[in-house]
Amino acid sequence: MALDAEFLRYPQRRHGMDHDRYQWSQLHERRPLVWPGGARLALWLNVCVQFFPLDQSGKPFAPPGGMTMPYPDLRHFSLRDYGNRVGIFRLFEAFDRFRIRPSFAVNGAMVERAPQLIAILRERGDEIVAHGWNMDCLHHAGLARSEEAEWMQRTLDSLRDATGQQVTGWLSPARNESPRTPDLLAEHGVHWFADWVNDDLPYRFHTEAGDLWTMPLPNELEDRFVIMHNLHSERSWMEQVCDACDFLLKEAEASGGGRILSLNLHPWLLGQPHRITWLERTLEHITSQPGVWPATPQQILAACAA
Amino acid sequence: MRADLELYDYWPYRGRPQIVWPGGARLAFWVAPNIEFYELDPPQNPQRKPWPRPYPDVGGYSIRDYGNRVGHERQMRLLDRYGIRGSVSLSAALCEHHPEIIAACAERGWEFFSHGIYNTRYTYGMSEQQEREMILDSIDTIERHTGQRPVGYLAPALSHSEHTLDLFAEAGGVYTCDLFHDDQPTPVRVRGGQRFISIPYSLEMNDTIAYVVNRIEPRRYGQMLCDNFDRLYQEGATSGTVMCIPTHNYQVSCPHRLRAFEQALEYITGHSGVWLATGREIAEHFLANYYDVAHAAAKSHIARERGGSHGA
Repeated sequence: MALDAEFLRYPQRRHGMDHDRYQWSQLHERRPLVWPGGARLALWLNVCVQFFPLDQSGKPFAPPGGMTMPYPDLRHFSLRDYGNRVGIFRLFEAFDRFRIRPSFAVNGAMVERAPQLIAILRERGDEIVAHGWNMDCLHHAGLARSEEAEWMQRTLDSLRDATGQQVTGWLSPARNESPRTPDLLAEHGVHWFADWVNDDLPYRFHTEAGDLWTMPLPNELEDRFVIMHNLHSERSWMEQVCDACDFLLKEAEASGGGRILSLNLHPWLLGQPHRITWLERTLEHITSQPGVWPATPQQILAACAA
Repeated sequence: MRADLELYDYWPYRGRPQIVWPGGARLAFWVAPNIEFYELDPPQNPQRKPWPRPYPDVGGYSIRDYGNRVGHERQMRLLDRYGIRGSVSLSAALCEHHPEIIAACAERGWEFFSHGIYNTRYTYGMSEQQEREMILDSIDTIERHTGQRPVGYLAPALSHSEHTLDLFAEAGGVYTCDLFHDDQPTPVRVRGGQRFISIPYSLEMNDTIAYVVNRIEPRRYGQMLCDNFDRLYQEGATSGTVMCIPTHNYQVSCPHRLRAFEQALEYITGHSGVWLATGREIAEHFLANYYDVAHAAAKSHIARERGGSHGA
């Protein structure tokens, strides 16, 4: 018995990465980033506004948070909808109380499904990020290029029309990509995306249609991962976020370079009555630290490009 | 397949000769940072998928890259602060991909041991010749880049064959981290009869097992490390123990987790009678002072057991 000879050949064994999408670079070797007003820590909150269809195809896999029961899985369908009907209003109040301007990553399908909510977002003027068409439209290698491009176009068109914003940011549903996703994003006027979790600071990502920025948005600190996947308590989520905040502030102080604390939030999870208080306590801790700069992705990227 | 590879004989913890570590220490403490390279698009091993999601698994690949881009420097500075030299479980190809990391570790006198070529190339299905070639490639590559000829082994992604340890011993290896049967070093039987040992590398204290498999809260992980230390330290006064914390820069060095690790290091290094060692140093001390005793004691234990059962 033996494996194919290919298994002991290593064509990408060379300096740097095993692909050409970005340069190998260690964070501590880079020029320190300076945030406006001498802030140490940029705080970016991103809120996901999502539609999980009842007739989930599950291709190529069921998205986290998607349907798990035989059709019709009304429990999960309606519980996700809860976030957009009820939970998100608790989040709005918390953001306003702590004077934070989050971004909202919105599925394109939400424009038709909840026009009142889109009108509220438009009125608030917070940055809108494209989040794919819906949570079952996963970008993956099995899609034809034309089909993936069509989903992207439809998503961006509907969000741009409905909000009047340019919409230059992208977060893929389930953060899944096809090998072409970054190229198509650049072709469709997207400037930054947040699927890759390999850095704590933005960096340049190469595509066939020019460079994108990647924005750091750690998966392992988001409410869904900590509370729903790991089954940690809400208190533990708060502790983890506060520990991250304190650590990054210290690292910013020691290194002289700005850091980013970014949190991805789901109204269907944290917007529940028993959880919202833990978000409030978390925000209270973060915003009471000196040197914290609540910022949007566009503000952060403007400071990076300066 | 066999029910037992017979790498070691049963030898109870109770009644063994006491191990005393250098300086009269009762506990040898080592930290083993895994510094790994995972390929975005490796060839598919017939028995184990490298990534749960279809190509490209952006999430899985990119969090591991985070360890090298961001996490490594953090952990290294932390270990510096507590006077701990890492014993690096190294994907040998990282010498080529990221020599900057290798140079920083070498400068600090860290140890490097082999963890295969890539953590996305599994041993499953390899012929003996293929596995030998892979092991020698990893040893030679590490020696070429660090000046150290590695003597320790942790199979890539803990993927083994029946002959993994035989082959590593034949390649000049001295110790393995692949076995989790004991809190002390023990002799390991290899077909060539080399003086070869296992040293404790805890699966339970491994950050990836704790965080990814067992999904433990960071502060609880920190507490588990302290609890693990307390008991091994207490028992070490009469038995002589080893405590290992195996880490991964993409797990332990995340901003929400580093505090727990730091507090545990602060606690452990605050005790007297703790020998801050590398894997190689632990192996060398054991081989020079206890291997023969352990080997003979284990054998006589077995002879006693067998004699007893025959005589009954």
